[in-house]
Amino acid sequence: MTEQPMVRFDNVSKRYGALTVLDGLNLDIARGEKVSIIGPSGSGKTTVLRMLMTLETINDGVIWVEGEPLTHMQRNGKLVPADLAHIRKIRAKIGMVFQSFNLFPHMTAMQNCIEAPITVLGMKRADAEARAAELLDMVGLSEKKDHYPSQLSGGQQQRVAIARACAMRPKIMLFDEVTSALDPELVGEVLEVIRKLGREHDLTMLMVTHQMGFAKEFSDRVCFFHAGKICEQGPPSELFGAPKNERTRQFLHAVLEAG
Amino acid sequence: MGIRTLVAMLVTALVVIGALATQESYKVFMPGLLQGAVLTIEIAILGSLLAIVMGVLAALARMYGPAPLRWLATVYVEIFRGTSALVQLFWLFFVLPQFGVTLNAFLVAVLALGLNVGAYGSEVVRGAIQSVPRGQWEACTALNMSRPQMLRRIILPQAFVAMIPPWGNLFIELLKSTALVSLITLSDLAFKAQQMNQNTFKTIPIFTLVLLMYLAMSLVVTIGMRLLERRASLGLARGKAA
Repeated sequence: MTEQPMVRFDNVSKRYGALTVLDGLNLDIARGEKVSIIGPSGSGKTTVLRMLMTLETINDGVIWVEGEPLTHMQRNGKLVPADLAHIRKIRAKIGMVFQSFNLFPHMTAMQNCIEAPITVLGMKRADAEARAAELLDMVGLSEKKDHYPSQLSGGQQQRVAIARACAMRPKIMLFDEVTSALDPELVGEVLEVIRKLGREHDLTMLMVTHQMGFAKEFSDRVCFFHAGKICEQGPPSELFGAPKNERTRQFLHAVLEAG
Repeated sequence: MGIRTLVAMLVTALVVIGALATQESYKVFMPGLLQGAVLTIEIAILGSLLAIVMGVLAALARMYGPAPLRWLATVYVEIFRGTSALVQLFWLFFVLPQFGVTLNAFLVAVLALGLNVGAYGSEVVRGAIQSVPRGQWEACTALNMSRPQMLRRIILPQAFVAMIPPWGNLFIELLKSTALVSLITLSDLAFKAQQMNQNTFKTIPIFTLVLLMYLAMSLVVTIGMRLLERRASLGLARGKAA
């Protein structure tokens, strides 16, 4: 493969005091690839997304985005820790959707979607609104554009959050257990939006999920994390169909049992 | 207490003042007391504005400023919270001129009370900012906002609602503290009352009117803050969203 990976984790470690959350992670994600991360809680899977979104700093290694370092910058041919200006330049390529939605409660769905395009990208209000209207339509919430988050269901809030993230036109989209806070009957509508996003937009997607069925159907590759390392990875058919690793088997057995 | 009750109290206070003012024994004191009340109100309003500015600046400096600014803000807050407003007034009015800086009494009153209440206010602002859930900051980061953008557009508007009730308390504290300025030659409401009392010994009518006037002023503050709170929390059902 000659093309540069969209994202590269190069020997990345994350520690909290004596606790090692991620231990020398190496992971390449290709342009347009859909990767699911699964694993038991405490395995470091959410930390992978949070480091890439720069919500967490890293202790070792380098994260690269489209061949440019995110956590570091080049100075006199050497890599030094990145300053905020550099981080913001590279971070512009990444968007994230959170487990707890994190919509801005003092703004309507529409205002949530145009805030950053106007203040950060400097878009004209009319252009930002037109784009947001398209995105709210894509997530099926055109009629709710003037509603405040408190007036929306969990599923609707999460769909607005997806539209809000898309409004910044990221190349990479991170989904952090985006259906975990939802009532079971609302999970489907959110997953459907993510499917649509995958089909219609040229996005690289990285998701941490507990929805094994969705991971199986949607991803190009599944990574099973255990104790801060990738324990096993491969196409969903292989990983779910014929897991090679004993821990993977145990984990899949346990979650599928739980249903 | 509901806004209606507060408004009823305010109306009652004003009606009683009006009714008393028609009586000959009270009437003579009204012009002087009203004059004093105007000065009290001026000092209270300007002092409150200064307190808001200082409170917000000191809180932001302590939370996000570079080290020297953080240090400066901490020193400011500790000095003005740790010493009494009366001593601050005296110091600015009687001691500062010894160092060649003479300020007029009105300016000293506004400065001392504004800086004093601003020091308490900075803690209110800080607490309110910290009460905004961490997820809001993270969403801002994911949308690539700069720190000033986050604060101005997302964090402060939400913190604002949480700040209103404690600021209401501080404004009333400030209003009552204005009585101290009578000790640095200013003819505020308290000064006028004492002056008239010494001249006439009509203690009952004078201090009854003064009491009702302070009460009416603080009720105006309370009602104003309640209305502001109600307005600001529209559409912001905290806790339910987040």
